[in-house]
Amino acid sequence: MPLAKRIIPCLDVDNGRVVKGVHFEEVKEAGDPVEFAQKYKSQGADELIFLDITASQQGRETMKNVVCKVAQVIDIPFTVGGGIRKLEDAREILLSGADKVSINTAAVKNPELIKKLMSIFGRQCVVVAIDAKKNIRGTKARSEISDQKYWFEVKIFGGKTGTGIDAIEWAKEVETLGAGEILLTSIDADGTENGYDINLTKSICDAVRIPVIASGGCGEPRHMLEVFKQTDVDAALAASIFHYEKSSVGRVKDYLKNNGIEVRV
Amino acid sequence: MKRNNIAIFDYGAGNLFSLKAALERNGAESVSILRKLNDLRGFTGIVLPGVGNFDPAIRSVEPFKESLLRAMEIAMNGGVPMLGICLGMEMLFNKSEEGTLDGLKILDGEVVMLSKRVKIPHMGWNNISTTDRESKLLQGVSNGSWVYFVHSYYVKPTDKNIVIANSVYGDVIPALVENGNLFGTQFHPEKSGAVGAIMIKNFLKECTQCS
Repeated sequence: MPLAKRIIPCLDVDNGRVVKGVHFEEVKEAGDPVEFAQKYKSQGADELIFLDITASQQGRETMKNVVCKVAQVIDIPFTVGGGIRKLEDAREILLSGADKVSINTAAVKNPELIKKLMSIFGRQCVVVAIDAKKNIRGTKARSEISDQKYWFEVKIFGGKTGTGIDAIEWAKEVETLGAGEILLTSIDADGTENGYDINLTKSICDAVRIPVIASGGCGEPRHMLEVFKQTDVDAALAASIFHYEKSSVGRVKDYLKNNGIEVRV
Repeated sequence: MKRNNIAIFDYGAGNLFSLKAALERNGAESVSILRKLNDLRGFTGIVLPGVGNFDPAIRSVEPFKESLLRAMEIAMNGGVPMLGICLGMEMLFNKSEEGTLDGLKILDGEVVMLSKRVKIPHMGWNNISTTDRESKLLQGVSNGSWVYFVHSYYVKPTDKNIVIANSVYGDVIPALVENGNLFGTQFHPEKSGAVGAIMIKNFLKECTQCS
């Protein structure tokens, strides 16, 4: 029996409240993190991801309390990302009860952080989030899919800043440095609800041997089926489809199971 | 004395909060996180958690090895139960490919890396198939239940009779071992939803009966 494909609701948290962004901008308020966590857990979520999008230091203190409260009621794994700049930030989040931390900008700025986190907490605690965007300019290594007129560039600071780094090369590097998992977001697809970026997801899955979570673009259960059928991805993340109750985790899983995908039901 | 007073050993390597919360949610009256294991009297159950790396974890128990080994012998003879989760189970064996130090050698066998044919770590939900051996931890857990794994190494016990459940990931990997009241899980019951909660309750039940 193969490993079940994981369905992961994602909660963007701003100052202790769950919000949902579109294209990494314009956030709308949507509710209490602990209530959301409980709801998704009871629907059969395999894991949860909290991304702290709070800008202020004070807000990040709030996040630690959120993590603590979630850990008390939740008996499935959860990851916390956003605003983790240094080892101490990661340690505080893990000691507050998170199972994994996700790092993004900090990993690009200071790749040694991946190695440090791995050696102290173990590979399984270290998720590297890669925000990738198609780029048609430049002479960088093209994505390994033939005929593509673009490459995937790693973006940081919430998708705002380019790095000139090729996402496929970066994925391989973070694996070598000690990442246990990659959370891969397509900035182009995010918020469109038109489906995951299959090319991006496939390129990254083919390049590494660690689990990959696909993110960005899920608008209906069919998109999850597509990404599981067409790539070797291990998990699919979604936010708005669950937040606004267009579907539930349970309904998505039944649908996937009926279409031949191994899921935990 | 409290009815169910559980000790979690802290190797100093991460998140014990969710394990503590899981024990409390499932009925432990008191859960202590210990950095020292010199004196285990008064505890009705001991948990070796599953976070960290093999060598640092072995080094962290070295000063208390004698008292720990004694507690393990007691558990194997049906006394105060002990539960090793993931790394906490791997430590019970002779040695591990993850490190160079000797294991605790309380169970005979080795810890080896997962097959190169599959993604490592083995991260996510997989199902367990129970063997026909009687199990205390699996009371009320049905064959094929999903549990949450996160690991890169797995145990190969010499005595196959202690293996209570297996899972398949590249190879057949022992998911649960039991020897008297010494329990080891390769998966994380504290992260395995309702199924994990049943196992934790079963463990705590044994703890109550031995106190």
